[in-house]
Amino acid sequence: MPRVRIQEGDFDVGAELAALQGGRTDVGAVASFVGCVRGHAPADDIRALTLEHYPGMTERAVEAMIVEAESRFGLQGALVIHRVGRLLPGERIVLVAVAAPHRRAAFQGCEFLMDYLKTHAPFWKKEATPQGERWVDARVADDQALQRWGLASTNAAPGGAADG
Amino acid sequence: MKLTLKYFASLREALGAGGALEWTPADEPTAAALRAWLRAQSPAHALALAPGRAVRVAVDQALVDESTPLREGAEVAFFPPVTGG
Repeated sequence: MPRVRIQEGDFDVGAELAALQGGRTDVGAVASFVGCVRGHAPADDIRALTLEHYPGMTERAVEAMIVEAESRFGLQGALVIHRVGRLLPGERIVLVAVAAPHRRAAFQGCEFLMDYLKTHAPFWKKEATPQGERWVDARVADDQALQRWGLASTNAAPGGAADG
Repeated sequence: MKLTLKYFASLREALGAGGALEWTPADEPTAAALRAWLRAQSPAHALALAPGRAVRVAVDQALVDESTPLREGAEVAFFPPVTGG
């Protein structure tokens, strides 16, 4: 199975983590992050979330992030599954999982990948609320999260250009 | 020059998905020059691609700065800031 998967359907977290470890005896730590659809935004109830992406670029961008994470943290493996289409509150959106010899590299690699994905992978969320549909705004806090890793990020800047 | 143009998310809703484009640049063919030329195509384009509006650009499926020169046959995508994860 490819290690970057964009799909409409759900995923089985337990099965994916077991496959990532793959029976290896040199893996000491598997860390994972599962993102879910929240039913409540600060102002309104969220009835559904629709996710759009840029086929082709998404896979390339996330693959490049994994290569970067592997070299930074000495990961032994990584997996990113991101769902697209219409999702309901409580449903899983994304799984990021990494394998490493030790926990610190695993925790850090997982968080780095998630911070990178939030600001540089071409996905867009649209929320359906009782008042209608609206595109979700990018958050400066997500850029700041990536900047902690020493990478420039201006995704949420008003007019600023994105950088790699 | 021949380009493939793509729009995503709110820009796709405003301008359509894009498609094949024949563009004769007046000057240096950069992503910024293309964006400026597109603004002149319709009031909807002028609004969606207005200067100062948060629009990101990818050339051949990689995020780039708008000053990036475009080559013949490039795939150029315009979209709002990303919000995945």
